[in-house]
Amino acid sequence: MMADATKIITANWDDPNAAGIDGYVANGGYEGLKKALGMSSAEVIDVVKASGLRGRGGAGFPTGVKWSFVPQNTGKPTYVVSNFDESEPGTYNNRELIEREPHQFLEGLAIAAYAIGSHTAFVYCRGEFLWPGTVLKRAIAEAYDKGFFGTGIAGSTYDLEVVLHRGAGAYICGEETALLSSLEGYRGQPRLRPPFPAVEGLYEAPTLINNVETLCNVPHILMKGAEWFAKIGPEKSPGSKVFSVSGKVERPGNYELPMGTPLRTLLEDHAGGVLGGKRLKAWTPGGSSTPMLTDEHLDVGLDFESVQAAGSLLGTGAIIVMDETDCIVEATRRLVEFYAHESCGKCTPCREGTWWGSRVLGRIESGFGREEDLPLLDDLGTNILFRAFCALADGAVSPIQSSLKYFRDEYEQHIREGRCPFAREVAEVPA
Amino acid sequence: MTAFSPELLPVAQAIKARYPAGRERSGILPLLYLAQSVEGQVSREGLREVAELLGLTTAEVEAVASFYSMIRLRPTGTHVVNVCTNLSCALRGANEVYEVAHEATGVPHGGELSADGMFTVHEEECLGACDAAPVVQIDFANHDRVSPERMRELVDALRRGEVPAPARGEAPKDFRDASRILAGAEDA
Repeated sequence: MMADATKIITANWDDPNAAGIDGYVANGGYEGLKKALGMSSAEVIDVVKASGLRGRGGAGFPTGVKWSFVPQNTGKPTYVVSNFDESEPGTYNNRELIEREPHQFLEGLAIAAYAIGSHTAFVYCRGEFLWPGTVLKRAIAEAYDKGFFGTGIAGSTYDLEVVLHRGAGAYICGEETALLSSLEGYRGQPRLRPPFPAVEGLYEAPTLINNVETLCNVPHILMKGAEWFAKIGPEKSPGSKVFSVSGKVERPGNYELPMGTPLRTLLEDHAGGVLGGKRLKAWTPGGSSTPMLTDEHLDVGLDFESVQAAGSLLGTGAIIVMDETDCIVEATRRLVEFYAHESCGKCTPCREGTWWGSRVLGRIESGFGREEDLPLLDDLGTNILFRAFCALADGAVSPIQSSLKYFRDEYEQHIREGRCPFAREVAEVPA
Repeated sequence: MTAFSPELLPVAQAIKARYPAGRERSGILPLLYLAQSVEGQVSREGLREVAELLGLTTAEVEAVASFYSMIRLRPTGTHVVNVCTNLSCALRGANEVYEVAHEATGVPHGGELSADGMFTVHEEECLGACDAAPVVQIDFANHDRVSPERMRELVDALRRGEVPAPARGEAPKDFRDASRILAGAEDA
């Protein structure tokens, strides 16, 4: 069976041998690394720049440009840190990419290290990913055994050490500066930028931080060329994206499709449509921190520009689907509770705002909402947004503001009727 | 009690050696996991011994340890049952699974430990396996699409001393074993 030509980084997911190094090499693995090692580091960066690859961790920053920002002549070592702290609610493509083909990621990591002149790469693996971390640990050992890591990698004179570092349960550590604090052995609290990690990152040295999915694309770009990659999907968001679909769909799963694929295609042709044939009510395009959209947005193309034009963000490409029987107030409360729980507590608007937000949403959901609660939530949103160090706080505002924008009547109904209209029993007074 | 026995000290030293010279503080989380693998939680003594290994004060180590939910500073069950109730799992019935987890293990709401010391139950945030909602982790091994009935079966199996087969990969035998894997002790 020929691999699906539209798939780049999940093309070998049906091949059980792809998880081991022999299977990976048999499929042409580590050839991209060999090719890179025959080029200058500047040439490798140029290829990645020309491909137009953008970071898949949420922000969408051009990967090659990010690599070029790392100064290699400061007299300090440079580091690559890969962010495998995947914790954005609804997101699970990094985990499956590692479980099914860990060497694809490790090859991308080695190419990135070579491009920025780094001899030590760290992988920050989410603590809860006990098994994926073990898969990765064994793959790293295999890569050392076969000479792809260590002294003189892949027959070159370039040395590279790769260290697996496991986190310990903190969403905030996916934020790149918090991740660095955590990796250095501190509480995972974000740092003020500038200085940016490219200039002063891990151990105050120039550091490149890339997401797992981003790095998985790199070997393919090296092998097939920047031009090939740039032609897939829309001009400004080239390549594919592994969309994680969850919630009320018939076939939840990770689906790799060209960037710009409309939600309708992903939902109906791949994920089997809304569960039980119900009507789509709301969905997140990129995890819980991206504003919800509705069934009016079924034809929005899933790429950075199109989703932004529709008033949300592509984020991690994690589509959480809610149907007509799901209560938006309850969903929003649950998401804001998440941010309240995960706030590191450093900034007052985030620490206090997320906590109070979850309380107000809780009382509306339980039927004890007051008329003034809606303006209060509006006000809360504008007072949190852009007022904290990092984007966690802004993430909490997304579900609040977007749900009020599209489903204000549902909030009003809760308050007017003094109960949740979705037939849930009224709980005790929560606040 | 001592966290790091003479046999474990070389393991602790090897963990420190993973990081660049002068940056051994990076080993704090794996060393805390290592202490947890011995004690089933990290005690005051465990914090002190990690501090000593890294040339830090106990307070500095505690400040870090208390930030991370997987480093347990309080008495913890032989098995830790994590039930994700974030949105994707909640939409698929996780709240009932979470209730059953409390009921079946005997861990009271607002408490963390069952009276027999066997279980700790946690309401977890997204565990990164949302296609398999509702997701439960037992000692950080994943169980997919867990119904309330399945939750009961899993707890019963643990009571019988079994290690329920996880959705993928290998399962640790208990929380201490999971902590040992998280420390990376077996490669040291």
